[in-house]
Amino acid sequence: MGEFEVHRVRFFGLVPAGVRCLACQPRGGRLALARTDGAVEVYNFAANYFQEKVIPGHEARSVEALCWAAGDRLFGAGLGGDITEYDLARLCVARSVDGCGGPIWSMAANGSGTQLAIGCEDGSVKLFQVVPGGIEFERNLDRRKGRILCLSWHPSDTHIAAGSIDVLRVFDVRSGQTAQRIMVNYRVQKVKRECVVWSIAFLSSGTVVTSDSFGRVQFWDWERGTLQESHTVSTSAVLSLAVSETEDSIIVGTSTGATYQFQLLPVKMGSLEKRWVRTKPFQHHTHDVRAVAHSSTALISGGLDAQLVIRPLMEKMQKKGYDAALRKFTFPHRRLVSCARKARLLLFQFSQHLELWRLGSTDETGKDGEVLSLCRMPEHLVQLKSKGPEHIYCSCVSPCGNWIAYSTASRFHLYRVQYEGDGVSIKKVPKVPKLLLPAYQLQFSSDSGSLFVASARGSVHVLQLLEPGGCKHLHTFRPPSGSPEAVYLLASSADGQWLAAVGGDWAIHIYNLKCFKHHCTVPMYGCAVTAIAIHPGTNNLVIAYSDQQLFEFSIPKKQYTAWSRMVQNCGLHKVWLERDSPITHITFNPKKPSHILLHDIYMFCVLDKSLPLPDNSALLMNQSTLKQLPETARQRQLHAFKICKKFQPLLFADLLDENCLVMVERPIMDVKTQLPLPIQQKKFGT
Amino acid sequence: MAALCESFTLCGLGPSGGVGLGGGLLALEPGPDPDHVLLTDRGRTATLFKVSDQKPLGCWSVKHGQIITCPVVCNFETGEYIAVHDDKVLRIWKNKDINLDKVFKATLSADVYRIHSLPNGGPVVLFKGGGVRTLDVLLEAPQQEIENIISDEVIKWSEAFMEGQQPVLIFATEKDGDFFVYVQKLKMNSLHKYKLEQQELSKPLSFTAYIKNQIITLLCLYSNDSVYKVLIPLQQNSEEEEQILSRSLLLNLSVSGSVLKGTSFVVLDKDHIAILGSLAASGEESKECLTIWNTKFQTLQTSKELPLGTSGQLWCYEEKFFFTHGKVLTVVMYKCETSSLAAAVGKLKDSQTPDVSSFVNWNTLGDEELVVSLQSQQSVALKSESKMTLRSKRNTVAKVQPDTISVGQLLLNLKDASTTVFEDELRQLMSKAQTPDFQATIGCVITALINRCKTNPKYYPRNFLLQIVQTQDLSYSLCPDLMAVALEKKDVHLLQTCLQQFPDIPEEITCACLKVFLSISEAYLQRIDVNLESVICYIDIEFNNKEVKTEIVENGFNAELEQDIWDTKITKRTHLTDDGEFCPVGPQKAALLNAVLHSAYSETFLLPHLKNLPAQQAVLFLRYLYYLYVKCSEKINTTLPGIRSPTVNQIMDWMCLLLDAHFTVMVMLPEAKELLSSLHKFVRAQVRFYSELNKIEGSLRELQRLNHQKDSQTYSIEVLELI
Repeated sequence: MGEFEVHRVRFFGLVPAGVRCLACQPRGGRLALARTDGAVEVYNFAANYFQEKVIPGHEARSVEALCWAAGDRLFGAGLGGDITEYDLARLCVARSVDGCGGPIWSMAANGSGTQLAIGCEDGSVKLFQVVPGGIEFERNLDRRKGRILCLSWHPSDTHIAAGSIDVLRVFDVRSGQTAQRIMVNYRVQKVKRECVVWSIAFLSSGTVVTSDSFGRVQFWDWERGTLQESHTVSTSAVLSLAVSETEDSIIVGTSTGATYQFQLLPVKMGSLEKRWVRTKPFQHHTHDVRAVAHSSTALISGGLDAQLVIRPLMEKMQKKGYDAALRKFTFPHRRLVSCARKARLLLFQFSQHLELWRLGSTDETGKDGEVLSLCRMPEHLVQLKSKGPEHIYCSCVSPCGNWIAYSTASRFHLYRVQYEGDGVSIKKVPKVPKLLLPAYQLQFSSDSGSLFVASARGSVHVLQLLEPGGCKHLHTFRPPSGSPEAVYLLASSADGQWLAAVGGDWAIHIYNLKCFKHHCTVPMYGCAVTAIAIHPGTNNLVIAYSDQQLFEFSIPKKQYTAWSRMVQNCGLHKVWLERDSPITHITFNPKKPSHILLHDIYMFCVLDKSLPLPDNSALLMNQSTLKQLPETARQRQLHAFKICKKFQPLLFADLLDENCLVMVERPIMDVKTQLPLPIQQKKFGT
Repeated sequence: MAALCESFTLCGLGPSGGVGLGGGLLALEPGPDPDHVLLTDRGRTATLFKVSDQKPLGCWSVKHGQIITCPVVCNFETGEYIAVHDDKVLRIWKNKDINLDKVFKATLSADVYRIHSLPNGGPVVLFKGGGVRTLDVLLEAPQQEIENIISDEVIKWSEAFMEGQQPVLIFATEKDGDFFVYVQKLKMNSLHKYKLEQQELSKPLSFTAYIKNQIITLLCLYSNDSVYKVLIPLQQNSEEEEQILSRSLLLNLSVSGSVLKGTSFVVLDKDHIAILGSLAASGEESKECLTIWNTKFQTLQTSKELPLGTSGQLWCYEEKFFFTHGKVLTVVMYKCETSSLAAAVGKLKDSQTPDVSSFVNWNTLGDEELVVSLQSQQSVALKSESKMTLRSKRNTVAKVQPDTISVGQLLLNLKDASTTVFEDELRQLMSKAQTPDFQATIGCVITALINRCKTNPKYYPRNFLLQIVQTQDLSYSLCPDLMAVALEKKDVHLLQTCLQQFPDIPEEITCACLKVFLSISEAYLQRIDVNLESVICYIDIEFNNKEVKTEIVENGFNAELEQDIWDTKITKRTHLTDDGEFCPVGPQKAALLNAVLHSAYSETFLLPHLKNLPAQQAVLFLRYLYYLYVKCSEKINTTLPGIRSPTVNQIMDWMCLLLDAHFTVMVMLPEAKELLSSLHKFVRAQVRFYSELNKIEGSLRELQRLNHQKDSQTYSIEVLELI
């Protein structure tokens, strides 16, 4: 099919932030995750655990606790002392209320989701009423010295258990008084160290489960104040704990990176007496497991190594399928890299700065697998620091490389970059039009003449870029029926006529840029869209969904193409559908109109529409086989998917020109070296 | 657990078929189809019943004045019925015939005792004089002369079986309180007569028999309330002599003070028999009952009281008992499951296992069990016999056809055969290899050989034993005495082969082998054929060296002088062996020791036996191990070339074990001192060497890592081809 010159880029120094807390939506299909940099993400279980929403972090806004209340409202609280409600449609902070108790260490919503309890640095537990449009302070519970590190409501909402240092307390919610006070280090007399109760859970049976810095998971009878069971699971702290909704299974996370499952099992077959038994140990993380969650079918853990691990419980699985596979997410499900094809520039987006790099070049050619010597090294041109505490939502570099745009929660910046010889000058475009911020996605037109800004409520702004350095608001597209959700993906056609926009409701709207009109809506498909692109020749929109389905929609004809129908009829290869990471970018080769280039974290694929689709008996990843076959024998083995797994983890791939690719990798080892050292553990044999 | 199930009445009985001895029925025989029985009463009538329907299907009577004297049987091949009335008149008819006067009639020349109908063999007629004819032969000439074999003995019981393709008839006779058993093989026309061992104050009341593996097991119910078992091998070749059959007690019919006076019995399966009789407790009136006994555990399994009395007859077909009870013929079904101790003592939980088949399957009888009991039986029998019998037996050995008799039987027959005949026969047996139970056969063969060796110290079939061991089908546990005998005979080659082949040699025997190997002189070993493949590749065979040397120095020196020099060299070298340079043992001994090194062992069990090794031998062994160790270390990969050569781990393990076992000896023994110190030096050098290697490994690993890092440079342009 062809040889590519691949620019293998490993200088994108992205270090994903560690996972700080997790919250499963009660009876819902979503998981909220907060990172140590204050970013909040929402994963959708139904959409193959797609990272559906991202609210970038904020320097001053750490998140120590997340909880869902009143159905689908998400609250966060952190050491800033504020309780924050997130707007999941607009992907920003909706409102913030001061907890008035100093840094907040913990927060928990009651069973009905009507009240929030927060545990503060000053030792107070405060109750807030969740009301429409915000929260209202209700009252303080009995205050004692010592920060409240964890909280848990009794399922009947009558009592709250709170873990502190050396002690756990149970409050009567009605009277606000301390109903029980239990010293957790009572039995450890010799040790003078303080025992931190890191996590707590109140079971409906009246058992309080604590995990502490001594590596113990303990079960207490709160009324008698007695210890029922104690399991020492680790020599270091047990940091997190989560109970399943049925209260028969517990997952705990330790600072050694190990997680353990406890299960409530009968002492004997058929016996009514049940005990908690430590059943399954897992070692998926290298660092502290700060957060765990227990969904109905999986154990979920997040660590400071930035990994989110979803480990399905096989006993809950009916059949082998997507849900039954262990999955690990380290990198975001969206791209942080943009590429100026013509100028051969890469723009890397970090949480608070951008880096602009020029790719190197070679004058050699070679055979498959050869490394060509460079005649010009890559060059770090510009580092653009975002001012203020807000993290960057999105960024983009224009195809010509002369424009850079980025947006934070409250500000939008556009820069004009000029290249004079080896020097680079960068100039901020003054007086950018006032837009509805934040912008969720930025996209330059292929002629670099205009900029599309994805915005809230389904709207897309069109800005005209003016030489030598200005811009003008041309139009704002809005979906005809309106939408509360923000647009998170954009694609424009090469001829400058079409713009496709995907909102949080997964509806794909297509607008005509010539007459600034809504053209059509792609038929709804009940899954999250992970990437879209418009073919430069045919103006077909290629859509990748999180269930790994691929669709091709003809914009001029307003219908799915014949090829797309054929794909749906034949079905994609089983192995393709079982992949666990979403397609994050689609691009095309203008010289080869039948090719679609797409990639996810683990593979790069050229999809040749002119070749037959592989059936399930064929080998999907057949490149190495093909390479061993003589030319004549290859023909029969060819199929549409040409997959290359050489570059991993692949954060970005794009076609620079006809046979030149750029691949941006971020080796896990490089990330690991940026992390603090994990707790030293003695390994057998060393 | 055996159990009696529901019962029902098959039919009422006439006045003649009543209760009490002498009453009852003439017989009950299986009908032409399953679930059918043929009932013959003591008068003129025979009736065919369908059992499950409790319904008569046909009834035939002879004329008034005539009387059926032999139970009606069914010829299973033709579906005809056969009866004899008035002792001599044979009648054959079919289902559709109604009047017996009009059916086929043949008048015979002698009185018929019984007709036995065999499923595949046709009916066999037993005459009261002991003569036997098949029906076909008889019908060719009904008036033919029938010999009288038993003179004035009276037939008490008879039974017929099919053994292979030939019908076998067994019958018991009595004369003046002596009981005799005759076994007649019809096709071979051979008749054996046995005398039942006499028993004071008791006599057999009832017999039953079954055949399995060419052995008839005769069970006798004696009047002393016991059941005895008598084994009669079919392959008896002594035709002239009348042998005495010894018996063994199978079951004592007493249970907690009460005694069962049995009248008749049947065998249900290998562990169960059913007995009809009267249970008499002391001081109480006896009650008639049907009982099932477990012979394995000697327990009464179940019983059913029969208050209306019986005729004392019991039949059993298709898991149903048939007996007269009062004035009716009663059918009782039973279940009989595999016996276990728990079941026998009634402790087995009530596990309903409906899939357990309860029909009599004689093939479940253990072979060995049989052979063993047979042997014991036989030995008793032999002792009581004259040497004449033995000689006659020996004569018949050659005639024995191996494919029709069991191995156990053959071995028994061969027990006293001459060496050559014995070995020939065994070889023949071995040549029928790869039969499913070849391993068992070979086990029997080798046991027989070893037994013969033991009884006859001069007899030792060296090559034959070796040949058997090399079949690779043996293990130590199959013939525990083999190695003991070999040790006694110092057959080192066999021992070597055993050590190589057997996976399960006890450490004691391994040590004994080691001891023998170390003690045998090199000179003796040189004359012996030993498998050298484990040493040939690394050992310096000095004799070869010597020859090479003489060749080289031939021109210039005279051979004798050279010889002298060589001798002195040798003596020097033997001193030098402490450095581990030269092999302290000859190649034969080395090969034998390697076999020991290769055998499986467990340290705990080996150590105590290893301690028994004499000090000199221990030192020699250590010297050899040291030599091997040095040899191993010469090569960088520390493995010795050749097949079955010891691995360095085996060498080290044995060295450690030997030092452990003989620690004090090694410390005390002056000649060990030098060896130990040089061994220590060598080990120390090795440790240093390996610690250096450790360092190099560390550096290499670091280099590897640097290499790897180079690979992960931050930017490169590569060529990728997608096809």
